[in-house]
Amino acid sequence: MGAANKQCCCCQSMRASDERYQKLADIIARYAGQPGALIPVLHQAQEVFGYLPQDVQVLIAEGLDVPLSEVDGVITFYSLFTSQPKGKYTIGVCMGTACYVKGAAAVLEELKQQLGVDVNGTSADGLFTLNVTRCVGACGLAPVMTIGEDVYGRMKPEAVREILDKYIQAEQQAKA
Amino acid sequence: MTMAVYRLHALVCAGAGCVSSNCKAVEAALQDELKKAGIADEVKVVETGCIGTCDLGPLIVVYPEGVFYQRLTPDDAREIVNEHFIKGRIVKRLLYRPSEGAEPVARTSDMDFFRRQYRIALRNTGVINPEVIEEYIARDGYTALGKVLSSMTREEVIDEIKRSGLRGRGGAGFPTGLKWEFAYKAPGDEKYVVCNADEGDPGAFMDRSILEGDPHSVIEAMCIAGYAIGAKQGFVYVRAEYPLAVQRLSKAIHQAREYGLLGKNIFGTDFSFDIEIRVGAGAFVCGEETALLTSIEGKRGEPRPRPPFPAVKGVFGKPTLLNNVETYANICPIILNGADWFAKIGTEKSRGTKVFAVAGDINNTGLVEVPMGTTLREIIFDIGGGIPKGKKFKAAQTGGPSGGCLTEEHLDIPMDYESLTQVGSMMGSGGLIVMDENTCMVDIARFFLEFTRDESCGKCTPCRVGTKRMLEILNRLTEGKGEEGDIEKLEALAKYIKANSLCGLGQSAPNPVLSTLRHFRHEYEAHVREKRCPAGQCPALTNFYIEPELCRGCGLCVKVCPENAISGNRREPHAIDTDRCVKCGACQEKCPFDAIVRR
Ligand SMILES: Cc1cc2nc3c(=O)[nH]c(=O)nc-3n(C[C@H](O)[C@H](O)[C@H](O)COP(=O)(O)O)c2cc1C
Ligand code: FES
Repeated sequence: MGAANKQCCCCQSMRASDERYQKLADIIARYAGQPGALIPVLHQAQEVFGYLPQDVQVLIAEGLDVPLSEVDGVITFYSLFTSQPKGKYTIGVCMGTACYVKGAAAVLEELKQQLGVDVNGTSADGLFTLNVTRCVGACGLAPVMTIGEDVYGRMKPEAVREILDKYIQAEQQAKA
Repeated sequence: MTMAVYRLHALVCAGAGCVSSNCKAVEAALQDELKKAGIADEVKVVETGCIGTCDLGPLIVVYPEGVFYQRLTPDDAREIVNEHFIKGRIVKRLLYRPSEGAEPVARTSDMDFFRRQYRIALRNTGVINPEVIEEYIARDGYTALGKVLSSMTREEVIDEIKRSGLRGRGGAGFPTGLKWEFAYKAPGDEKYVVCNADEGDPGAFMDRSILEGDPHSVIEAMCIAGYAIGAKQGFVYVRAEYPLAVQRLSKAIHQAREYGLLGKNIFGTDFSFDIEIRVGAGAFVCGEETALLTSIEGKRGEPRPRPPFPAVKGVFGKPTLLNNVETYANICPIILNGADWFAKIGTEKSRGTKVFAVAGDINNTGLVEVPMGTTLREIIFDIGGGIPKGKKFKAAQTGGPSGGCLTEEHLDIPMDYESLTQVGSMMGSGGLIVMDENTCMVDIARFFLEFTRDESCGKCTPCRVGTKRMLEILNRLTEGKGEEGDIEKLEALAKYIKANSLCGLGQSAPNPVLSTLRHFRHEYEAHVREKRCPAGQCPALTNFYIEPELCRGCGLCVKVCPENAISGNRREPHAIDTDRCVKCGACQEKCPFDAIVRR
């Protein structure tokens, strides 16, 4: 990393034209000075950028007047914050107890095979990031898999391929 | 306020499970058909929170009769409009059947699942539209707050809660009234009320359902708590995995503010109170109270030793009252109906009801609220409808990763705090995972240890390193690499971690191992000595076989096998090449004759 993240004039100008940084500035301004603001700000920043790159962390640290080390400490502590970019869709396989008992491990295994990645990995086409999640509270439908906002209940390994293809096709259509 | 009069009310469940089963499409079809039929002003469609029968969704309940329609498609909804709403004929095809081939049951009041429940915390969940404050108010909402502010002193409120015998529903079962009294007595003019909606037990979803289905019941109770202890500000700490709960709760908070039920000078009195939502970020340990408070402050959610207890030193160092969602959901009924009413429900030491989130290998998964002391048998077999596919009940886990398992011999013990602790489990938050005969208990213990290993915050060594060592041993056992002495090592580690960890996470992490060892030691021994998994689950210790007497040679398994490991002539018994088999289990899933076994 290192050099790439150093601030330089070109990134400054890139930032000026990137509306995500404007959004970030607004978020920070809204929370600056409030106690306990760091976690809500990180949540919203991650929503804007998809992840929390180093330069965003620096801006947040400066804006909220907390040490960068603390920002980093909080990001690494909580599993939902990530400083790595993610695929377009995040697949979450619920590994809560209900889902585990109902065979979530086999679904996860199938996804790993189909996507050619391990847990937390992103598929070569940049489309999917594979995560395991804690109970998403839909235990009645176990095992549960989520892709972005979509929830798939009563999952079976055999159903994985077809579901993935749906997203891949939608993507190809959008391109065409 | 004038209200239109409707001939029928159609409740569409929009709980998390039903949203996942696409209840929105069913509701849209219902609305559309009502318009087409010209009776949209006769039937009111209400989108409710979780009705409780999560695996039967999407569902519609039609009042006044309470007719229960399940597993609906949009076309089914149209049929209900045309047959039931217009012609008055109940659509039998869409009713619930207690078992295959049984006569359908039309009304909720005749369904064992609902009939045997006693709903206090869930009184409004699945009955009202959680996004409309008037519906909450119409069911005595904010009456308790009014009563408290107009006619009760702070001491009287605390006394009422104390006398009710209500105990915390978040896990430890600490007497709620006493906790309120500590926070009330703690010196300081700045105090906080916090609601723990972190719901960390993987497999529990009652707090989620209450927040999504009846958010005002928690808001109102927090106001009452604020009045009682002398706080002006409340926080609800919700886990990030529950976006719908966050959304419904924020909407409810806004509505309450608009009505003057939150904010400055509530009901025109000099009492002011407001609530803010804090969203977690995926750390189980943040459900522990001291960690949660640190997380609200925006820091790493690491626990700290107690004392000082939060009632003395909580958020931002100020006295803080912290209760669980379900605990709060019990407050208003106690204020309205009186402590004596509440104290009559349940058992001697565990008063009131408890909500259980029943899931796993059970026919009716969902939310069940029963008086404390109801037996496990009633919950699993009478209300839950028993184990699917005629399999045998093996165990039920309560208390999640901090708890333990109950077995056949415990089916008739009363489910209350003391009885559960006595048999080596605990009440926990009310997650109840049912497991059938095909579950390997060593693997379940391994699963929970993997969970606690991942979720250990790392602050104290016994928990951080100890859970890792235990998991290594359990992994070894399930992989068939167990060694003589492993079981004893597990026991020694468990004792050490329990005694020396900083917070409840570590102190309870070994429980699933200890409890499965207590009841299923022979399974551990089989893994170590015979390299055998008696339940036939651990992949390294089992192979798939086809029973020649049961196989009809249909060939379905051949098609589904990803490794081409199955062969055989049509209409003749097939065979699996165990060297090629990757043990994915797809064939077993597919076989219509249950001819594929794992041993
Ligand atoms: C590791 C750990 C996780 C916990 N998770 C939760 C949780 O998710 N929800 C909850 O209400 N209580 C949880 N608790 C219990 C809380 O520390 C606390 O006792 C409880 O919220 C108090 O509320 P109550 O008295 O109303 O039950 C947890 C405790 C420990 C040790
Ligand atoms: S365990 Fe998977 S949704 Fe609850």
